[in-house]
Amino acid sequence: MKNGNILEVKNLKTYFKIKQGIVKAVDDVSFELKKGESIGLVGESGCGKTTTALSIIRLLSDNGYIESGKIIFDDVNLAAMTEDEILNYRWNDISMIFQGAMNALNPVMRVSDQIIEAIQLHESISREEARKRVTELFELVKINPNLMDSYPHEFSGGMRQRAIIAMALACNPALIIGDEPTTALDVMVQAQIIDLINDLRKKLKMSMIMITHDLSIITETCDKIAVMYAGKIAEIGNVDDIVFNYQHPYTEKLIKAFPNIYGERQMVESIPGTPPNLLNPPKGCRFADRCHKKIGEICDNVDPSLVSIDGSNHMVACHLKEGLRNV
Amino acid sequence: MAEITKKNVKYQNIKRSIDTFMGNKMGVLGLCILVFFVIVAFIGPLVYDFDQQSYGKGELMAPPTNGFPLGTDDMGRDILGSLIYGAKISLMIGIFATLISVCIGTFIGISSGFAGGKTDIILMRFTDGFMVLPKLPLIMILAALLGSNIRNIIIVLGFTSWTGTARLVRSQTLSVKERQFVERAISSGAGKGYIMFKHILPNVFPLVFSNTILVTANAILTETTLSFLGLGDPLTPSWGQILRGAFVSGAVSLGAWWFFIPAGLCVILLVLGFTFLGYSFDEILNPKLRRR
Amino acid sequence: MNINYLLKKLFHSFITLIIVITINFFLFRVMPGDPTAMVAKSANLSPEYAEKLNEMYGFDRSLPVQYAMYIKSLVTGDFGMSFKFRKPVINIIGERIMATILLAICAQTVAILFGIVVGTLAAAHRGRKIDVGALGFALFIYAIPAFWLGIVLVSFFSVKLGVFPVNGMVDAGRDYATTWAYIKDVLHHLLLPSISMGLAICGGYTMIMRSSLLDVLTEDYITTARAKGYKRKDVVIKHALPNAMLPMVTVIAINIGFMIGGALQTETVFSWPGVGRLVYDSLEARDYPVLQGAFLIISFCVIIANFIADILYGYLDPRIKYE
Repeated sequence: MKNGNILEVKNLKTYFKIKQGIVKAVDDVSFELKKGESIGLVGESGCGKTTTALSIIRLLSDNGYIESGKIIFDDVNLAAMTEDEILNYRWNDISMIFQGAMNALNPVMRVSDQIIEAIQLHESISREEARKRVTELFELVKINPNLMDSYPHEFSGGMRQRAIIAMALACNPALIIGDEPTTALDVMVQAQIIDLINDLRKKLKMSMIMITHDLSIITETCDKIAVMYAGKIAEIGNVDDIVFNYQHPYTEKLIKAFPNIYGERQMVESIPGTPPNLLNPPKGCRFADRCHKKIGEICDNVDPSLVSIDGSNHMVACHLKEGLRNV
Repeated sequence: MAEITKKNVKYQNIKRSIDTFMGNKMGVLGLCILVFFVIVAFIGPLVYDFDQQSYGKGELMAPPTNGFPLGTDDMGRDILGSLIYGAKISLMIGIFATLISVCIGTFIGISSGFAGGKTDIILMRFTDGFMVLPKLPLIMILAALLGSNIRNIIIVLGFTSWTGTARLVRSQTLSVKERQFVERAISSGAGKGYIMFKHILPNVFPLVFSNTILVTANAILTETTLSFLGLGDPLTPSWGQILRGAFVSGAVSLGAWWFFIPAGLCVILLVLGFTFLGYSFDEILNPKLRRR
Repeated sequence: MNINYLLKKLFHSFITLIIVITINFFLFRVMPGDPTAMVAKSANLSPEYAEKLNEMYGFDRSLPVQYAMYIKSLVTGDFGMSFKFRKPVINIIGERIMATILLAICAQTVAILFGIVVGTLAAAHRGRKIDVGALGFALFIYAIPAFWLGIVLVSFFSVKLGVFPVNGMVDAGRDYATTWAYIKDVLHHLLLPSISMGLAICGGYTMIMRSSLLDVLTEDYITTARAKGYKRKDVVIKHALPNAMLPMVTVIAINIGFMIGGALQTETVFSWPGVGRLVYDSLEARDYPVLQGAFLIISFCVIIANFIADILYGYLDPRIKYE
């Protein structure tokens, strides 16, 4: 593992072919993740955060494909693998925490069996041993192991989410991708699940990619944040850099869109307008049409590239900053 | 001015629907098949010279020859002539039986969905109970008891095939009922009958329409089967009657393929025409299916 | 399984039963014309027997009384006497019912297996050639009258090629040295009708299986299964199929009545000595009591089969406990 990076996504472009043309859902996205580190991908729905994550384990729908770019995991390029080769990496090395409120668990299978099958798919161990592992996993996520033979519908929303987390940990993966793991849970349960994830991260030193539209969850669980807009990274950096020293007008809007319950009461700002159509994205900055700090024609005509702020790993793609640097 | 734009919009909508339909190969194929049979049924007898009642004009059960392109049956009648005549009977029985069936089904479905509560439960339990009954034996007994003529066959087919329509219409009614304009009509004190016919029926209709076509396909199949089993109208030779003739006269073991293959293919083709059309309408009108 | 679910389904079966019995009752009594006169249309009926019938069915009493008498006779297993055979209807049907059940089970197995395999293949290759072909085939099969398919198969395999017997359940007048020889002969006779009837009813199953599986394949747990590292094929077999089978069970149950229609036609064409052929023969002879009895007993079988399917559904779907 070079330079301690467990994952390097380099210039990833993931497109979808539809009747009307090609949707550039992810367009030139790069980021890296050190071992034990966790990064949050945040943005409005349709910004490409889920597509980025699904590209990593190549779970795109049939009309989606990786146009170009590399996904270096553990020194191998996942993007260049065949379907058969990637099968061994799924779950064993990279697993996912799905949204439990949805039907992420098979309704006609016992929860225990769903975890056991994942273990046995990647390790040749007996059913008894696998069951023992499930018991440990249930204890780890704080569900009574006696309940492991229940069906998903017999669990509450919170328990289901815990079971899904247990399932994600089953094969000791090096990287876990959380896809909106707390969405649609009520606030108390949400807090418990976040605590659990934080606990497990410390205990197991796991690397994680967290996908969410909820910034507050990321600030509680992640080291780094990548703010995505219309298929591109707008700003990326450590949590503190993004939250307290945001540089991109979109990040600013996004942060102000979340009410701060501790701070003074203020009107939640919404962002006027809608993201551009990715079938035919604008040639300039993709946020230009909605931007309140637009500086001129350059925003409409030139696509800004990510530049580092003071040489740190805090990077932003905005002409405002590029211009400042050039001065 | 407003009138014109409204007309224009309507025209645009119709044009768009036609375009969508023409893009559906299966539907176009189905329509072509149906048009073909309608032409055969109504123009065929005028063009093709044959005398339906002339027994023994040709040899008995003779293979295709010059005067008889598809051979003769066991009474020396021209088979091609009988096929042309039978097209009209099959179409007619199919369409009229469907009309009855769809009227009953729509009425029960709308009443059940609109009334809700106990009426709904009773009507739907009855529908479900009726749905699982073995239809063919029931139809056979009814036809036998009432006496086999075209009118009775149409009535029997109509009265036994409404359950699917009723279920479909009920579920559609339930969803239309929730829409705002219906709620507004109810709160403004409109009569139940008025709401049912003025507001719900037009919205349920598209779904009923595609279902209707499929019901017709079924009715034609069942009529053929009834005739084959000896419950057809002996005075109006349908395709099913030809097939019965072939079966009873032993054409199968004699290898007289011209007696039963063309008639069977006609039934299949006509039923397929309706099925293709109904299936493609379903695809166009029912967005949930379109996704597939 | 939950007792409420069971009771609910039992109640539904009971309602269907009442509908069947009532239809059957009215078939004979409220139809146009005097029922005795209609019954007497049968050529084999003597005036004394007609008198006896009148007394037996209580045609001169009021309808509710007749209905009560009717139910009472049904409960005691009295389905009337056949005009043609001059034997109790229940005995005649009893002799034939096993042949029908044998044929129906074989044909259903053919049809369900075919439907599941072809429907699954179609859904797994959605939009591709296999799918289009399977869909077209299913619609085509659906459009074929069951009796005609039987005729064509007989004319080809039995008449032309001579590999299967033309009709019947066993060779007429043959003595069997061993039971095994008898079974072999029955199987030889059974094969073609089973395939014929199975094909005739498999179109619907194929369509339902396909659309049910397409629905399931869009569910989140399918993504989960893929993320676990299952091959596409295994995702379909291990995760999608068990869920897609649930609607199939319901459809199979609803289709049992439809299947009976297929059995009736197939038995007629193949002279299979079952209840279907009996209905056809009784129709020719206008043997109304047998027709009526056969309809009742077929309906009972359908209701029982439906009930079994409901129980099976409750067993297959763990969620049913809470509905």
